[in-house]
Amino acid sequence: MNNVFVYCELEGTTVADVSLELLTKGRKLANQLGCQLEAIVAGNSLDGVEKQVFPYGVDKLHVFDAPGLFPYTTLPHASILTNLFKEEHPQICLMGATVIGRDLGPRVSSALTSGLTADCTSLEIGSYEDKKAGKTYENLLYQIRPAFGGNIVATIVNPENRPQMATVREGVMKKEAVASHRGEVIRHDVAKYVPETDYVIKVIDRHVEKAKHNLKGAPIVIAGGYGMGSKEGFDMLFELAKELHAEVGASRAAVDAGFCDHDRQIGQTGLTVHPKLYIACGISGQIQHIAGMQDSGIIISINNDENAPINAIADYIINGTVEEVIPKMIKYYKKNSK
Amino acid sequence: MQTKNPISIKMSLKIIVLAKQVPDTRNVGKDAMKEDGTVNRAALPAIFNPEDLNALEQALRLNDAHPGSTVTLLTMGPGRAAEIIREGLYRGADNGYLLSDRAFAGADTLATSYALSTAIKKINDYDIIIGGRQAIDGDTAQVGPQVAEKLGLSQITYAEEVLNVDETARKVTVKRHIDGGVETVEGPLPIVITVNGSAAPCRPRNAKLIQKYKYALGKQEKNGELKHADLYAARPYLNIQEWTVADIDGDLKQCGLSGSPTKVKTVQNIVFQAKESKTLTGSDADIENLIVELLTNHTIG
Repeated sequence: MNNVFVYCELEGTTVADVSLELLTKGRKLANQLGCQLEAIVAGNSLDGVEKQVFPYGVDKLHVFDAPGLFPYTTLPHASILTNLFKEEHPQICLMGATVIGRDLGPRVSSALTSGLTADCTSLEIGSYEDKKAGKTYENLLYQIRPAFGGNIVATIVNPENRPQMATVREGVMKKEAVASHRGEVIRHDVAKYVPETDYVIKVIDRHVEKAKHNLKGAPIVIAGGYGMGSKEGFDMLFELAKELHAEVGASRAAVDAGFCDHDRQIGQTGLTVHPKLYIACGISGQIQHIAGMQDSGIIISINNDENAPINAIADYIINGTVEEVIPKMIKYYKKNSK
Repeated sequence: MQTKNPISIKMSLKIIVLAKQVPDTRNVGKDAMKEDGTVNRAALPAIFNPEDLNALEQALRLNDAHPGSTVTLLTMGPGRAAEIIREGLYRGADNGYLLSDRAFAGADTLATSYALSTAIKKINDYDIIIGGRQAIDGDTAQVGPQVAEKLGLSQITYAEEVLNVDETARKVTVKRHIDGGVETVEGPLPIVITVNGSAAPCRPRNAKLIQKYKYALGKQEKNGELKHADLYAARPYLNIQEWTVADIDGDLKQCGLSGSPTKVKTVQNIVFQAKESKTLTGSDADIENLIVELLTNHTIG
């Protein structure tokens, strides 16, 4: 009762990174609240799955193991969460802001009439005063996210309804194993939670491709924005990236303009990266973009607008055009690195 | 060409398109937020939510493939949101409803989905409910699945293309985006589908339909003196239907702010904290010094 729950997403029988990141965050929240951390896995052939999650401090793992539970379809997983939560009354439920989490979360929140906040960039515990009702709530989950085109950051709370639900994108939280932790495994009878009528969506065909790039793990990221002007402008970034052994990312504006593939988008609605060096080229620095790269070690901003918001968080500001600066960077790197 | 079974009767589909008028978040001024943390929509340019246009296109394609189908738009918002219905009519929708009531104001996704699902129950006859994956003013992607849950229907989110509707078997086949790939799924009708921005763009307005519907107005838009007042009785299709909470037999407690479990605690305007930085020019000397510095401290190389 009243614990922190994390829904663990599976690809085959492997727990997704985003779920391990959320377990790490969930462990911290549970410690702060003085409660337990529980996790849910639902899939097929899950013997030994606990070995993947216990290192992250899970006290109780709920296992739902049945042939129809992988690949994911909405209704069976929604029934598992809805019915389990009616028994367990969690205070918090976290899931990845992935295609699965964003398909499942709202379904469960609707069934339980509980509040859900999508794509949080930060989660904290704190109090909330409802001045109209003259009531103060302690130990609520602050669900913090940029909103409204990134012009504001909103802190959302769910004072009355439980669980307080939030989704978080991959890479926003950091995964850290906890030393020597052992939890309890509870294997549930799936049929008790999932009516046969839930298995109505048939997955006819499924292709999952390995990512074409390694943006998340790259130590150096060169990102282009709308200021790159064109797809050809991005070719220049790929050239610099080849020299520096870096990966190329893009802002949403550049992706929307067709300069770069969608899977390279960095920001709140794309990837979150933590490289040691981030070179922002022609990126103004909307908050959604900042949310995806602000933890970078060193930030270089190349922009001909000296008032670009990204300059406020940059370590090096180069006031110049990308067309001028990037070829020079390539030239002087070649000259000095030998 | 598919061979058609001569005995089977072509059935028509009843399609409801969920669409939202959104503030254009690319043009946000300082007065965009009210004190209670909700959006001050009146101060912003309003547009048809982009992914809802993708959804409308999928609906219109089904309409093309299944003659005799109807495409009905459903939107919620202030009086001026009737613009969304007009825009849909210009592109080939058959009719539309605007849910408009002060009691709907300040709704979070759950209260919004309550209002929409209650209106859909009022419309009563539907095979496919289709909308954009998410709206650009919230980016939550929650309303579609929540509407599905409230109606007790299954859902297919992140759709890229509705491949086929088998009317006899009452099944729909959809190609959808998943993390790192694509998936083709089959589900039963009626169903809720949300459409991804990577789906086909919406067809343009049709000149004939613009002529037909350009004077179409919602009830709230008819306040004041009307240019062509005589038209509205003669051409009923120019009257965009508006529904209040009472019209859809809604429960006030589940609407608007009071039906919203999430509350906005604080809203903070974005101010980045400046840290100590070096400002350089694009000159050869500056760039070379930077590269040498980065090489020296092993940031690169």
